[in-house]
Amino acid sequence: MDFQNNGPATASEEEIFVPCEDVREHLVVVGNGMAGCRAVEELLARDKDRYRVTIFGAEPYVNYNRIMLSPVLAGEKSFDDIIINSREWYSENNIELIAGDPVTGIDRTAKTVTSQSGRTVGYDKLLIATGSDPFIIPVPGKDLPGVISFRDMKDVDTMLEAAGKGGSAVVIGGGLLGLEAAHGLTLRGMKVTVIHLMDTLMERQLDEAAGWLLKTALEGRGQTILTGANTEAIYGHGKVEGVRLKDGTEIPASLVVMAVGIRPSTALAREAGLDVNRGIKVDDHMVTSDPDVLAVGECVEHDGNVYGLVAPLWDMCRSLADGLTDQHTGYKGSVTSTKLKVAGLDVFSAGDFSGGEGCEDIVLRDASRGVYKRVVVKDDKIVGAVLYGDTVDGGWYFDLLKREEDVAEIRDLLIFGQAFASGGGALDPKAAVAALSDDAEICGCNGVSKGQVVACIEKGACSLDAVRGSCKASASCGSCTGLVENLLAVVLGDDVQSGPRTMCKCTSFGHDDVRREIVAQNMRSIPEVMQRLHWSTPDGCSSCRPALNYYLLCALPGEYQDDQQSRFVNERMHANIQKDGTYSVVPRMWGGLTNPTELRAIADVVEKYNAPMVKVTGGQRLDIFGIRKEDLPAVWADLNAAGMVSGHAYGKSLRTVKTCVGSEWCRFGTQDSTGLGVKIERMTWGSWMPHKFKIAASGCPRNCAEATIKDFGVVCVDSGYELHVGGNGGIHVRATDLLCKVSTEQEALDYCAAFIQLYREEARYLERTAPWIERVGVDYIKSRIVEDEAGREHLRSRFLYSQSFSQDDPWAERAAGQHAELHQHLDPIAIAAE
Amino acid sequence: MTDWIDIGTLADIPQRGARTVQIAGEKEIAVFRTGDDKVFALVNECPHKKGPLSQGIVHGHSVACPLHNWNIALKTGEAQGNDEGCTPTIAVKEEGGRILIARPVALKAAA
Ligand SMILES: Cc1cc2nc3c(=O)[nH]c(=O)nc-3n(C[C@H](O)[C@H](O)[C@H](O)COP(=O)(O)OP(=O)(O)OC[C@H]3O[C@@H](n4cnc5c(N)ncnc54)[C@H](O)[C@@H]3O)c2cc1C
Ligand code: HEM
Ligand code: SF4
Ligand code: SF4
Ligand code: FES
Repeated sequence: MDFQNNGPATASEEEIFVPCEDVREHLVVVGNGMAGCRAVEELLARDKDRYRVTIFGAEPYVNYNRIMLSPVLAGEKSFDDIIINSREWYSENNIELIAGDPVTGIDRTAKTVTSQSGRTVGYDKLLIATGSDPFIIPVPGKDLPGVISFRDMKDVDTMLEAAGKGGSAVVIGGGLLGLEAAHGLTLRGMKVTVIHLMDTLMERQLDEAAGWLLKTALEGRGQTILTGANTEAIYGHGKVEGVRLKDGTEIPASLVVMAVGIRPSTALAREAGLDVNRGIKVDDHMVTSDPDVLAVGECVEHDGNVYGLVAPLWDMCRSLADGLTDQHTGYKGSVTSTKLKVAGLDVFSAGDFSGGEGCEDIVLRDASRGVYKRVVVKDDKIVGAVLYGDTVDGGWYFDLLKREEDVAEIRDLLIFGQAFASGGGALDPKAAVAALSDDAEICGCNGVSKGQVVACIEKGACSLDAVRGSCKASASCGSCTGLVENLLAVVLGDDVQSGPRTMCKCTSFGHDDVRREIVAQNMRSIPEVMQRLHWSTPDGCSSCRPALNYYLLCALPGEYQDDQQSRFVNERMHANIQKDGTYSVVPRMWGGLTNPTELRAIADVVEKYNAPMVKVTGGQRLDIFGIRKEDLPAVWADLNAAGMVSGHAYGKSLRTVKTCVGSEWCRFGTQDSTGLGVKIERMTWGSWMPHKFKIAASGCPRNCAEATIKDFGVVCVDSGYELHVGGNGGIHVRATDLLCKVSTEQEALDYCAAFIQLYREEARYLERTAPWIERVGVDYIKSRIVEDEAGREHLRSRFLYSQSFSQDDPWAERAAGQHAELHQHLDPIAIAAE
Repeated sequence: MTDWIDIGTLADIPQRGARTVQIAGEKEIAVFRTGDDKVFALVNECPHKKGPLSQGIVHGHSVACPLHNWNIALKTGEAQGNDEGCTPTIAVKEEGGRILIARPVALKAAA
């Protein structure tokens, strides 16, 4: 984890050296959270050099994305994934971070702040960004160990520790935060009860109908939801043991999470004598009642409003930075929208839907799809929207709402979404994003508007990854990935670098997303993946099923139950289907070597089963053609008897290891390429891959085994072994890239295993090594395989571990009668006519 | 009047898979079982180049041909999407836990 290591800090002679000639104005920020750091980022973007910056943070971490604590709890992200600014960012921008040392006092006359450790620092401008404190309901037992809130990384750690022990948890509060906590704890294996005071879950964001749908869905996932339930006490001796409701019900629990609301954290400001109401009062440039003290984020009150979501922070920070750099734009308040971050449950709400004078409701329900949509219109303008089950149009409604667009003309079609309302009826997502206004929000997690994404694309970010890297859009929860991709397409036309496309028409996720989620959420079967990632088809299609089967197989060696019906015919039948429906059979010949017993057995099979043709393949082995599926098990039994196993000529797997005769026979040979080839094939055979994988080993640079058009090729030289990667023959021939040179045979084997595992874990299904390497760059491969010795060793051992389960000959299993139904016809019995 | 042939039970066919039935003098028949346990029977020949449909990946109520990935609707035998062609279908019914298919001769007569 990327901890900032100078906390908890003490004031000592180790104070970071500040050059005395640094006479710039000193900006001190209290609060190293989302608003505090964003304000500094905005400021730096406007004028990098104007202020010297010091940030105090109570938490012992660098700045992280608080809203992503929910995915961390749910196991979908790690703490590292949610860091917004790493230590490098602070040092590159000369920002002094004092983490783990909260500010305890402000002296506005002396213009200094003092921290818990006793450090006193002077300021020219002070920015208070202390966020909120969780509200703790004053019931008996609230201070028992095991009763926590859900606000920071420490709380997540506590929850994970409790979940590790299993048992039951109670979450008090059925709002956004409470439900995300309950979801995470459920995924972590706890039995969760949610206690909610109101009758409707998330009543501030949802209406009754949507709340009911949500409640039903959560109950379906095993949570107990008690609405209209009032907590009387938390009981326990020395630690929490349960919660008692006013009606006497007792719910045992080893963990109680209180998520009943937040209060602006204003104590510091109040003590310093600043104007504080519900929050710290600020003007349109976030200036408090003291012109040298600013405040931003959840701790402030602007124009009578306090906020508890991130979107307003982004607007506030812009106005604040404008003000600090003498541009006067001014914050005008924010309209907010909410999205619940619970995988598989799409809930969106925005604006006001309490109804009232002059409000009209437009409602659409589709029970079979579990969809509920409600748009509230007043004076021909959208004032609120609640969407459940289908939230794709959330952004569009929200945009219309914020711009106060007149919707009279599209009123009748409004509820069907943008595609219909904008005419045509056909869904063109590109036209849809093109139609969004520049300030429409694209990425809610990082507060990035369409205009900003477009600007960053125009500045040269021409792939999804580049956009994620430069303006952070779609870099957090990923739910706006589709929008960003469409923007790329709109702005760049054909120049867009194909980023992760969706896997197939059954899902909106790309290969990489699906794969990441499989690992992060520890998914264990194809139906589970389809359920959790909301596949749009009942059981996928012939594109996604084999891919998912592979991803699961790769993620769970030895545990995953291979699904035969998700395999392409060749892999299901362990032979290559030919155009007449018969099969060809290629037994393995290690390194292309054979012997009389094998040749005799092959000859016998050819005669016994009337195979019309035998051919030497380009991969140096023999291919027996024209075998019927019924005969395959018997053919395999005969070949097994002579010691031969499956050659996997049919699989997305290791195919052949082609060799030349090398130093053993050839006058030019420098090393034993044949022997090495055999060893490599013994190590790698049977492994499943994203695509087919071919290897060759040549005994000298004359390269008779054509190693430089293989996925992994070895070219022996006097001083050792050149390792080549990423070549293939085929329609677009690609010669390999040189990976490195090694001096021993063992190293050649080790690097080969590591490379294969990297390919297995990171390439997309049906992506051969050549396009994969062109996509990620050979330097990346080198950094993982050549430069990172420990990483290489880990990859290698993961490969060998997975191989320990995959080197059973599939032919032998079939010859012994497994999956007989795949080879035998059904037995028909004629029965009497009706 | 239809002749029916008993070909076994649902359990004999793998879910999202198919088995074949051979009847003397007739084209091979593929009997499919879908993810929701519906059973369909088609002549085991793709309308494109006669690929053995029984070996394809069954998804929803379609099968992807193993040779060139045409998608064939199990209910109608028709190629989907931009591809054109149709494979003859065979009536299927269930009786007392047994699966019965109509004798293809009868089908021919009816056609
Ligand atoms: C689990 C969770 C999920 C959420 N999900 C969403 C969501 O999906 N969408 C959304 O819009 N919003 C969400 N929010 C709300 C969002 O995180 C907040 O609106 C946002 O973090 C507020 O930013 P802030 O900078 O004002 O406060 P914070 O991010 O809390 O930052 C304040 C920082 O100041 C520090 N601090 C406090 N006092 C002192 C002191 N005296 N000295 C030094 N440091 C101090 C605190 O330790 C904290 O690190 C979520 C919040 C949580 C907890
Ligand atoms: C549907 C497509 C294809 C089919 C059915 C097919 C079939 C085969 C078969 C049966 C073999 C012999 C197998 C063995 O000895 O392991 C073979 C070998 C080979 N195929 Fe293909 N192939 C296909 C596509 C391709 C493509 C796209 C390429 C190039 C990228 C390719 C390149 C080769 C080469 C070079 C060999 C020789 C093996 C070696 O030298 O390692 N084939 N192919
Ligand atoms: S690659 Fe070199 S060692 Fe191998 S057969 Fe050719 S000439 Fe001989
Ligand atoms: S080159 Fe073409 S025709 Fe020959 S085996 Fe490969 S795919 Fe078939
Ligand atoms: S034979 Fe079925 S798709 Fe070509």
